[in-house]
Amino acid sequence: MITPKISPKISPKISMDMKMAWRNVWRNPRRTWLTISAICFACMVLIFMLSFQFGSYETMINSSVKINTGHLQIQAKGYFDKKSMRRVIENPDQIKEVISGIDHVEAFTVRANTFSLVSSKYRTYGAMVVGIDPVHEAAVSTLKQLTRVGEFLPNTQEYGGADMVLIGSLLARNLKVGVGDELTILGQGKDGSVAAAILTVCGIYESGIDEFDRNTLHIPIKTFQSIYSMGDAVHEIIINVISLRDVSMVKAQIINSLKNIPQGEALVVMDWDELVPGLTQAIRIDLTMGIIFWFLLVVVVAFSILNTFLMAIFERTREFGVMMAIGTTPKRLVKLLLYESNFMTIVGVGLGIIIGCGITMVFQIYGIDMSGSSEILKQYGMSGRIYPRLSIITAFAGPVLVWLVTVGVALYPAMRIKGLRPIEAMTHI
Amino acid sequence: MPIVEVNGVDKVYQQGDIEIHALKDIHLSIAPGSFAAIAGPSGSGKTTLLNMIGGLDLPDHGDVIVDGCHFSEMNQSQLAELRLNRIGFVFQSYNLIPVLSAVENVEYVMLLQGVEKVERRERAMAMLDEVGLSEKYHNRPSELSGGQQQRVAVARAIVSNPAIVLADEPTANLDSKTGEGLLKIMAAMNEKRNVTFIFSTHDKMVMDYAHRLVLLRDGMIADDEFK
Repeated sequence: MITPKISPKISPKISMDMKMAWRNVWRNPRRTWLTISAICFACMVLIFMLSFQFGSYETMINSSVKINTGHLQIQAKGYFDKKSMRRVIENPDQIKEVISGIDHVEAFTVRANTFSLVSSKYRTYGAMVVGIDPVHEAAVSTLKQLTRVGEFLPNTQEYGGADMVLIGSLLARNLKVGVGDELTILGQGKDGSVAAAILTVCGIYESGIDEFDRNTLHIPIKTFQSIYSMGDAVHEIIINVISLRDVSMVKAQIINSLKNIPQGEALVVMDWDELVPGLTQAIRIDLTMGIIFWFLLVVVVAFSILNTFLMAIFERTREFGVMMAIGTTPKRLVKLLLYESNFMTIVGVGLGIIIGCGITMVFQIYGIDMSGSSEILKQYGMSGRIYPRLSIITAFAGPVLVWLVTVGVALYPAMRIKGLRPIEAMTHI
Repeated sequence: MPIVEVNGVDKVYQQGDIEIHALKDIHLSIAPGSFAAIAGPSGSGKTTLLNMIGGLDLPDHGDVIVDGCHFSEMNQSQLAELRLNRIGFVFQSYNLIPVLSAVENVEYVMLLQGVEKVERRERAMAMLDEVGLSEKYHNRPSELSGGQQQRVAVARAIVSNPAIVLADEPTANLDSKTGEGLLKIMAAMNEKRNVTFIFSTHDKMVMDYAHRLVLLRDGMIADDEFK
C-alpha cells in the first residue's frame, strides 16, 4: 500500500524546538502529571489563601470600622492624642455640607465623647459617654444591629426620648441595669461646669468586643450637647466610603475641601489605619505568617521541579550527546529544556489559576463560617462569615511567583548541559 | 588531496591507576569518495579512531584533518559547526530522536543548518524516498523496525550533504539480510553522491563491501588493504 504524498507545508508558527519540547514533556506522563499537579496545587492554595487573607482583612477592617471608627474621621487637631473635651469641631454643619458634595461617600454622622461617672441604684462605674445622631449613626455603624435587648435610640426630633441611653452589655451587667432602669451620669461640661443627668436605658448592645461593651454608653447628640454645655459642637465626624479602596481618594478630597473653609485649618482627617493602629499591626503579622507559608510551599514545588529536571537530564544524557554529535549546540539544548520547563509550568499554573479561581469564587459567594472563631478574631468584630476576595492580584500574584521560581529552578539543570561533552554524554549509562 | 588525514594520533584513557593506550601513533589518509572500513577486535580502538575523525574526541598527541580543517586548531564550537556541516553520523543503536517522526528526524539536521522550512521538508521526504521509507514519513522511531530506524539514520546523515559519513558498527544490531540491504543503500549513495563512508566494524559483510580495509590491533594499524 502506498500512502499519498504529504504536502511539505508545515505549521509556520510552532518551531520544531517547541514541538520537541512539548513532546518531551509527555514522554513520562506520570512524572509530568505529578509535577504539574504540584505546581497546580501550589497555585490553587496560593490563590485561595491570598483571597481568603485579603477577604478576611476587608472583613476585619469593615467590621472594626463599622462598629466604631468609620473609614475616616474629621477631628480637631490633637484630639486623637489627647481626648480633651475642649478640642471640638465648632461648626459641624459647615463640614457636613462639604462632605455631602464628595463622591464615593456612603454615609456620615457626628459624635461627641467624654468620660463620666455612671451610677445605677447599685453601682458606679467610669465609662465613655458617646453622643450620637440616632438617625445617621445607623447608616454609619452597626450599633443599631448590635442592639440585642430593647430598642436603639429613638429619633429625638420626631419621637422625643432625649433622656434615653443605650449601653454596652458588660456595662449593663456591671451596673446591674436592664431596659427601663435609670442611670445617673456625672461629669464635667466643656465650660468646666458640672454635667449631670438622669437617663433611662432604652437598649443594650453587644458587639463582641469586650472593651467596647464594658466601657461605653450612647446618648442622643442633642442630649450630650445639652448636658455637657457643648453648644452645637461635636468631637468627631465619622465618614464611611463606598469601598475600602476609595478611602485614600476621599481623604485627599476632604483635606482639599477643608482648606477652603475658615475652621479647616484647625481640623485633621484621619483614616481607619491611623485610627485603629492595632488592626494594621494584626494584618501585618498575619500577612507575614502568610508570606512564610507561601515561601515554604513554593520551595517544596521548586524542589519537585528540580527533581523532575535533574531526572530528565540524567535519563536523556545519551540523547543529548547524540544531538550534540550531529551538531546541536549546547545553547540550543538549554533552550529546549527551558521550553520544556515553561510548558510544564504553564500547564500547571494555568490549571492552578482555573481551579483555584473556581474554588475561591464558590467561597466568595457562599462565604466561610467563622462563627466558632477565636477571641482574637472577635476583637475585630469577625464573628460571622468571611468571604474570600478574588482580585487580579490574588489570582495572579501567587501563580506568577510559582512560575518565576520554577523557571528559575529549571535553569540550574539546564545550565549543566552547557558543560556536557558529546563523547562523555554518549557513553553515559 | 585526502578528505581525512590522521597524523601521529595517540590517545590514552585513564582507568583508575591504569593507563589504557587506545590509539598509538596512528597515521591514516583517506581519499574523497572512499568506502572504507576500520576493523579489528573489541578494544582495538576502532570507535576511538572514528570519534577522533568525527571531532567528538580529541587526541592527546597528533592531529586530525578533515576536509582541510585541523582539529588541533579548533575549539568546541568550531568542531560542532564542522560536525554539523561536513560530517554525518550513523550509530550502532540508531540514536534517532524519539519524539520526532522519521521525516522530522531527517529534517532536524537541516534545521540546525538553517535551511528554510519548505525546502527542509522536501529534501527530507526525498531522502526518505531514496532509502525506501516513503510510507513511513510520520512514524516515530518506536514504530519502526531496527532496519528502518537505521535507514532513517542514514538519511539523516546524508541529507546535510556532508563530506564524510562515519558509521559506527551500523549493522551490529541488524540481522544479516537487513544489514546487507542497508549496506547496499550506503554503497549506492557513495557511488551516486561521492560521499566518503568510513565504517568501524567487525562484521564480515561490511568488510566485504568496503573498498579499503584498515585493520586495527591494540590501538595500532596492523594492516591497510586497498581492494
